[in-house]
Order: sequence, then structure tokens, then C-alpha cells
Amino acid sequence: MVEQRTAASVAVVEPTPDELRSAIWARVQQARNVKRPHTLELIQSIATEVIELHGDRLFRDDPAIVGGFCRIDGRRAVFVGHQKGAETDENIRRNFGMPHPEGYRKAIRLFRLAERLGLPIVTFIDTPGAFPGPASEERGVAEAIARAIMTMCGLRTPIVTVITGEGGSGGALALAVGDVVLALENSIYSVISPEGAASILWRSAEYSQQAAAAMRLTAAEQLALGVIDEVVPEPPGGAHTNPEETARRLRARIAAHLDALAGRERKALLDARYARYRNMGEFAIAAESGEAQPQRPGLRARIRRVLDAGRNALVGGEGETNDPTADSTDEADVQRTGEGS
Amino acid sequence: MPSFKLPFGRARQEYPPNLWTKCPDCAEMLYNKQLDKNQRVCTRCGHHFRLRADQRIAQLLDRDSFREQDANLESVDMLGFVDQKPYSERLAAAHAATGSRDAAVWGPGTIAGTRVVVCVMDFAFMGGSMGTVVGEKVTRAAEHALDERLPLIIVASSGGARMQEGTLSLMQLAKTCAALGRLGDGGVPFISVLTDPTTGGVFASFAALGDVNIAEPKALIGFAGARVAAGTIAEELPEGFQRAEFLYDHGFADLVVPRAKLRETLLGLLRYMKPSAQVERAGQNGSSPLGRSAQLFDELIRREPTHG
Repeated sequence: MVEQRTAASVAVVEPTPDELRSAIWARVQQARNVKRPHTLELIQSIATEVIELHGDRLFRDDPAIVGGFCRIDGRRAVFVGHQKGAETDENIRRNFGMPHPEGYRKAIRLFRLAERLGLPIVTFIDTPGAFPGPASEERGVAEAIARAIMTMCGLRTPIVTVITGEGGSGGALALAVGDVVLALENSIYSVISPEGAASILWRSAEYSQQAAAAMRLTAAEQLALGVIDEVVPEPPGGAHTNPEETARRLRARIAAHLDALAGRERKALLDARYARYRNMGEFAIAAESGEAQPQRPGLRARIRRVLDAGRNALVGGEGETNDPTADSTDEADVQRTGEGS
Repeated sequence: MPSFKLPFGRARQEYPPNLWTKCPDCAEMLYNKQLDKNQRVCTRCGHHFRLRADQRIAQLLDRDSFREQDANLESVDMLGFVDQKPYSERLAAAHAATGSRDAAVWGPGTIAGTRVVVCVMDFAFMGGSMGTVVGEKVTRAAEHALDERLPLIIVASSGGARMQEGTLSLMQLAKTCAALGRLGDGGVPFISVLTDPTTGGVFASFAALGDVNIAEPKALIGFAGARVAAGTIAEELPEGFQRAEFLYDHGFADLVVPRAKLRETLLGLLRYMKPSAQVERAGQNGSSPLGRSAQLFDELIRREPTHG
């Protein structure tokens, strides 16, 4: 973490708004790059003895969420993650990584199993959002997401979460409540897709790049906001240029955090997790008359400073690339959800 | 339904908007005083108009029993968010237009003498969107309900998470769900009332998690906005998609209750849904588990002789 913050503060040249916008958009395209390693590919490289488990025991097996047992450098764990496809056929089968309710209910089932077996949980986040169609609504996707979030908040076992690609809204958060939240350098995390925000706030999807910049969705900015705890650097050129190296870097950080969390007393673990989310965001307390006083004076200025430093680092940072293959997949664009603000 | 004579002709210019409201469903012109008297439900077709938070509280709680808490919490622009307007300007405009500081109020009150904690969302303030302040109020309501062992009622009305607060608004989903998890583990019941509209991140967090979920008739309740769903999915959306009755049919709402019956329905449920008397399992839950358990233990000890 220290390494990233230092890297952020050495940037000297102020980028222009246009440079900044295209640098941020390049990250969005990296995060969506169809060649980027997805959950199953990552876990096969990160861990050994992987056994995938299937089904929510209620309706069916959702291929957009995968999970099972794995061993990470000797440590037994349960993994759960969104699963996109690398090829068009697989992407259709995986519904472009957009889960139906049964995907989240499968996740809840595996979380409970991990808790009962005393195994830690590692989750991998990579989804444009939960699937917004009629089948999803009929089976209660909102309830499934809410239930998954609530379940994770109270699970009596350590949880390490990694944002590996797209952290799209509630459909991402439903697997992303953790004691430690890591993010790959070119991943993004947002409350709504840039396209969705643009069409609602600017009334036109043409403003997606502006929306992406306004939402501060890059990993560096999410670190400054405290939403994630650590950025894991990608190999030069991005994760897809060297999936093995990406997995190696992830394995080292995941293993370190699993070890740190393993010794924690259960109540302290749960209280710290509660406090982590309890303290997210800031508000002011209005005086009876006159100006509102910030609740934690100076916090906003500090966030802004770190955000600005993070932004400067976005232009010409280590993983920065103009690689033309970084374009997002066409199919994913068609299917892109503007889901649930 | 008492009929009433119009004191003047039906010519359009003779319906000043401060006196008359047009029903969006049946186009009937409704006299505002009559509409208010009917709890803002159309006297002709039963359309439920949206309520401001104070109107909802007046309809549900005993007169003067509500004690609003944390009315002075204000949203701040953490991200320096600018779309077509800066977020700070949108906040100021919403404050000026509604007189409210944000999109939710909470506090203790009574329903026919039964003590409850309520939190009511206000769609008039930025579409009832949930930013840090709304998340904080929902969470404080749940924590207070747990500490005081009082049933919690949340009346939702919201388009979803507040985009201008970025992922910090998304994190409010986790914050509120965490508090509700502790409330449930502590044996304190939660009734969720879903009103028009309840969508996005609010439906996908606390609003979906009631021990009992009640919806108002025909309220729009769904995860993705219907237009988004229709636009993303090249499918014809079914009739009544994402309406209260759709939720009921698919098993996600226990009851669809017209506004006129809401208070007595809540009262009926509260007779069954009382906080459990048992002490929480030690060290597991509660906002201050040790202090709370010790206090409950004291209460139980003091109560002991009356059982004998």
C-alpha cells in the first residue's frame, strides 16, 4: 500500500482534463478487456487442488458465478467469483459475467459452508452488474444481492476480496464485503456503469467518459477513498499480457492477508468488519444556524489531496498502456447493463 | 366514497394547481383538501400518490409521538462530483425545494401506544437516493432499535444509490445490511414497507430484507429501472412487471396493503413481532454486546422473583 501511495505522489506534471479523461477511460477498457484473466483462470494459477462446486440447491447452477475449494500456497480456502468468458460462446453461456439470483444464492451457500468448515473465503470481483432482465427480477435478484451482502457482513470466517476487473454496482458488492479488499491496478469499481450514469445524469451515453472520470472509479482513486485497502500492480502492459505473473502477484498478497487474518479472534474480526463499512462516507452536521460543520474536519481535504495525487499518477503510471487490444469486447458493449443506480 | 359537488365549472384554467391535482392514472381532477383527507389516494381509481416523509409519519404514528433524530445531518460532496451541475448545487437546490436536509428521517414513536423505531425515506429529495446521510440514518435507526429492543419499521421510497457519491454510496448497502444483520441476530424484528418507487441499491439492500415485507398497491419495486431492463434486454416486459403485485406473486412481498389499511396492518403484525426476551449469544452481536448483555442479564435477574 505504501508503495502505491508513494508512486502517486511523485507525479509532477498536472494532466489536462482531456488527458485525464482518456487515461481513466483506458483503465475502464483495460478492466473490461476480454483477454483479461478471469476468475477460473486466475484461481487455477493462484491455487492448487481446485475443486469447483455447483448449484444453489434451489433453482439451478448459474455459470456467471463460480466457486469451490482451493489451496493457496498450502492454505485451504473457499473461493467464489464472477465468471466472464474469454470467447463469444463461453461469454454467452456465462451471460457476460452478469449473474442471476441463483448465482448469488450459490455464493451464499458456499459462504455458509466455508464458515461451517472453518475455512477462509477469497472472492474475485469481475462483473458489469447483476443481470437486469425479467427472469432475474422474477426470482428476486435484489433480495439475493441484499441477502448475500448481509450474510458476508456476519460470516464468522475471514474474507479477502479482490476486484480483478469490473466492479459493477450491487452485483459486484454482493461478493465483495471483506475484511480486506484488494484491487488489481487496472480494475474499476463503481456504483453504476459509466454508460448508465451518463444516460441518467447527462441524458446521453455519449458522456460515458465524463461519467467515468466523475465517479472516481479507478483503483487508485478507490484506494484514496478507503473503499479498497490495497492496489496490486499488474505486469507492464496489463494483466492480460502476463496472466501467470498477475496470478503470482495476487497469490503473494492474498496469502499474506490470509495469514494476518487467520490469527484474529472471531469477535474482533467481525467488529472490525462492521466498523470498516460503518465508517464509509462522510457527512456534515448542520449547526442550528449558519454553515454546516464537517463531521470529521479535514477528512474531505485529505481525500481530495489523495484523490488528486492518485489522478496524476493515472497518467503515465506503471500499467498504463495504449495497447489497441485493450478495447472492450463488442458483445459486452451490446449487453452492457445500465443497471440499478 | 363521499361525492362532492364542484363549486365551479370544469374549464381547465379553473383548476389552480395549488387547489387541484390531476390523477396520473385516471386523469380525474382531485381537490387537494379532499386528496389529503383521503391520505393522498385518488378517490376515483385508488392511485397512491407519493408522500413526503412528514405526511407518512402523520399517517402511521400516534399524533406528536415521533421524535426525529439527527435532523441536522447534511450530505457533503466528497468526490467533487460534477455532471451537468455540481453535486453541491443539486443538494442546495433540493434543500430549497423541499425544506429537508436529506432524503430520510428517523426516530422513535408509537403506533396505538406500541413503541417502535421508524425510518421514512423522502422521494422528493433527489429521488430519495441513498448517499452517506441516508445510509447513516437507516443504520442509526437499526442500531437504536437493537439497543432499545424496539421493532424497526422502514418505509422505503427511492430510486436507488446516489450516483454523486460514487462507491461511497454503494458502500451504504453494506453498512445498512450489516446493521440489519445484527438487528436480526439480536432477535429484534424489522418490517419493511416498500412504496412507489423502491428500486436499485435501496431495494437491493435493506428494503428487501424485512422479516415481513409490505408493499403499497401498484408501487414500482424492482432492481433495474424498467426502461433499463427493456433497453438492455430485447424482450417484451410482462404486464405489471416490477409492480407490488408482481413482487407478491413471486414471493418477495408478504402483503400488498392499501394505504388506508397500513396502520392497522402494522399494528396487527406488531402484536406478534415483539423483540425476543432472550439474551444474545455472548460476544456475537449487538452494537455494544457486552454492555447490552450485562444489562439484559440484570433485567432478567431483577424480573426473576415475579416468575416464582
